[in-house]
Amino acid sequence: MKIHRRALLALAVATAFTAPGFAFAADDTIKIGLLATFEGPFTVLGEDGERGAMTAIGEAGGMVGGKKIEIVKGSSDASPDSAVRAARKLVEQDGVKVLIGPLSGDEGIAVKDYAKTQPGVTFINGSSAAQDTTFRDPAENFFRFSTDGAQWMAGLGTYAYNDKGYKTVATVAEDYSFPYTQVFGFMAEFCKAGGKVPSKSWVPIGNKDYSSVIAAIPDNVDAIYVALGGADAVNFLTQYQQSGGSAPLIGGSITVDQTVLTAQGKLRDVLVGTPSAGPTADTNDAPAWKAFVEEYKKQPGAFPSPSLFAHAYYVNTKAALIALDEVKDDLSDGGKAFREALAKVSFDSPTGKVSLDANRNGIADIFLTEVSEGADGTLLNKLIKVVPQVNQTLGIPEDQFRALGAVSRDNPSCS
Amino acid sequence: MATTDLPAASAAKGNWFERIGAGHFLLAVALLVYPAVASDFFLTQIGGYSLVLGMLALSLMMLAGYGGMVSLAQITVAGVAGYAVAIFGENGANVLGFGWPWWIVVPWAVLLASIASALIGWIAVRTQGIYTIMITLAIATAIFYFAQQNYAIFNGFSGFAGVRAPQFWGVDWRAPLPFYYLCLGIAVLAYVAVLYGARSTFGLTLQAVRDNPRRMRAIGYDVTAHKVFAWFIAGIVAGLAGVLMVWFNGRISPGTIGVGAAINILIIAVIGGMRHPIGPFIGAVVVVLMQTFAIDIVGAQRFNTLIGLVFLAIVFFSPDGILGLWERIKPHLAQEGLRPGG
Repeated sequence: MKIHRRALLALAVATAFTAPGFAFAADDTIKIGLLATFEGPFTVLGEDGERGAMTAIGEAGGMVGGKKIEIVKGSSDASPDSAVRAARKLVEQDGVKVLIGPLSGDEGIAVKDYAKTQPGVTFINGSSAAQDTTFRDPAENFFRFSTDGAQWMAGLGTYAYNDKGYKTVATVAEDYSFPYTQVFGFMAEFCKAGGKVPSKSWVPIGNKDYSSVIAAIPDNVDAIYVALGGADAVNFLTQYQQSGGSAPLIGGSITVDQTVLTAQGKLRDVLVGTPSAGPTADTNDAPAWKAFVEEYKKQPGAFPSPSLFAHAYYVNTKAALIALDEVKDDLSDGGKAFREALAKVSFDSPTGKVSLDANRNGIADIFLTEVSEGADGTLLNKLIKVVPQVNQTLGIPEDQFRALGAVSRDNPSCS
Repeated sequence: MATTDLPAASAAKGNWFERIGAGHFLLAVALLVYPAVASDFFLTQIGGYSLVLGMLALSLMMLAGYGGMVSLAQITVAGVAGYAVAIFGENGANVLGFGWPWWIVVPWAVLLASIASALIGWIAVRTQGIYTIMITLAIATAIFYFAQQNYAIFNGFSGFAGVRAPQFWGVDWRAPLPFYYLCLGIAVLAYVAVLYGARSTFGLTLQAVRDNPRRMRAIGYDVTAHKVFAWFIAGIVAGLAGVLMVWFNGRISPGTIGVGAAINILIIAVIGGMRHPIGPFIGAVVVVLMQTFAIDIVGAQRFNTLIGLVFLAIVFFSPDGILGLWERIKPHLAQEGLRPGG
C-alpha cells in the first residue's frame, strides 16, 4: 500500500504543477490587462486608478473597434518585483496584447525594462511618473500619455518664488524615483528663478515617525516643499503641526491630492493656502472636465473629485481605445499597426490636448493650484493658472535638459 | 491491486529502489516531464518560483523541524546572496557591479549568505521559542531598512536591476526550460541533502538537542556549536535559493527582503508542514498558485482575503499543514485500498 499512497501524493503535486492555462479570448472580445496596486500602502490609489480606467471603458460602452472589451486585472504592492510578476502573469499566462499600468514610479521603470523582452505586447502607462520610464533608455513599446512628475511641477517653482515670495525652501520627500522627479521639476524652476534649497530630506515609504526629519529642517526657511503621498503625507503634516512647526507648505502633486485632503483631523488649517501643481485641478471649470467628473462619479466608491491616479489611468486608457478603434482591434502583426496609431494619437482629454513626443511621453496642460475651502467645507485644489502644453524637457532644449543629468537624491542641487 | 505487487518486484531488482521509494520516483518523473505539458509561464513563474520559495522554506523547515528554531530571517539570508550576486557580478544600476564571472560570484554569494546565517544563528541560539522568532524578525527588519536607506552598497529603495543569469555551455540559464531544470536540480540536491542529513550523526544530534538541550549538554555535546552549524547549513540552502531568486527576478530591491516576504516564507512552511522536507515545496506550490490566481477567482478588491481564508482553513483543520492533512487521510485511503478491487 505504501506505493499506492505515495503515488497519489506525487500525482497531486504533479496536477498542481500542470493546472491548465484557462480563459482563451473569444474572437469577438479584446483583452486588455489592467495593472494597479490593489494591495499594500497604495491600495486606495490603485482602486481609484481602476475607476479612471473603467470610466474610459464605460464611456466607450465597453466596446472598441466592434469588439467587446475584456479587462484582466493584475495586482502589485508598489514594489518593482511585484509589478513585473503581475505583468508577466497578464502577458504570459492571460495572453493580453495591450497592458495598461503600473501605478508607481519604480514599478514603471521595472515594467519598461520588462517591456523590452516582450516586443509583441504594447505597454501603456497607468499613472507612474518617474522621468526615466521614458526619457533614458526607453522601450519602443512603452507609451505614456499621462505626463511625468517633473512636468506636473510646471509653474510651481516660479510661482513660489515670484508670487509667494519664498526665497529658501527645504524639501521633504519619499525616497524613490517619483519624488526625485517631482523635486527635480520643482527645483528646476525655483533655482532658476533665484531660490535656494539648503536642505533635502528623503524618507522611506511608509515611515511613521518624522521627528528626526522635522528636527533636521532648518529654522530659517521660508517654506517646506513636501512630496509625500497618502498616509505618509498625513503622518508628516500632523506631526509637523504638533511639533509647533509653522512654515508654510508647498505641495507635491500627490501631497494635496483628494486622498489626503479628505483625511480627517486638524490638517485643514495647515493645508489651506498650500500651492501645488499637477495634471488635474478640482475647480477646473472646463465643460470637458465637468463631464469627466460626472462619468467618474458613476464608478462605485468614487471620491468627490477624481484623484490624479484616476485621471492618469483614464487618459492612458482613452488613448489606447482611440488607437484600437483606428486599427479595428487588429493586433495580428504583433501590434505594429496599433503602436503606429498610438504614437500619432492626439486628442482632447478632460484636461486639454494630449499628444506624444518622440520618446512616447505625453505633452499636456499642467494646472497650478492652491488648496482652498469649498462652499460645503470640503478642501479643494483651486485652479490658479494653466500652464499649456508642457513637454518632458520642461521647455528646455533636449540636449541641455539631458545634460542636467539623471534625477537622483543629489541632483539637482542649489544650496 | 497491482500496486501491492510492486514492492516485491522492486526488491528483487535491488534495494536502492526501495530505499529511494516509489513516491519519490513518481514525483521525479512527474517533475522531469512537467515541461512537456506546461507553458513557459507555468514553467518559470509557477514551477521555478515555487521551487525557489520551496528551498527557502526548506531552510526554515530544517531549522524549525530538526532544531526547534523558528527563523523569520531566511529571506534576509537569501537577500544577502542575491545582493552579493548583483554587487559582485554585473547589474544595470551603475552602482558597484564588479563584474566577476559567475563561477566565482555564485560560491562567494552562497558563502556570504551562510556566514550571515551563522552570525544570525549565533545571536539567536541564545534565545528560545518565541524569542527566537522575535530576534530573527528584528534582524530581518533591521537589514531591510538598512538596505533601503544605504545608497553606497545597496542602492537604496530601487536596489539593483539588470541582473542576468549567466550563459554557459551555450545555454541561456534564464530561458524558461533551462531555468526550470536548474531550479529543479538545485532543489532536489537541497531536498536530498536535508533528507539524508537528518539521519546523519549531526542531524540526529541536532534533533536530540532540540528535544533536550540540558541532557545533551550534560552528555558533553556543545549545544551552541551544533545549533550555529545548523544555521550555517540552512544558510547554504537559503543562499542557493537567493541566487536563483535574483536570476529569476532579474533584480533585487529592499522589497524583496521586506517583512512581508519574510512572513511569506513562514506561511509557506506552515502551510506545507514542517515534519518532512517535502512539506515546504508543497506549501510553496499552493501559495504561489493562490497568489497568482486568486485575483482571477474573486476580483481585485478581495483576493487577499480569499488567500488569507484558505490559509486559515488549512491551519485550522490541520495544525501540521497539508502534510498533516495527508497523514490524517492516509489511514482512510489505506483501508479503502485493502478492500478487494480497491
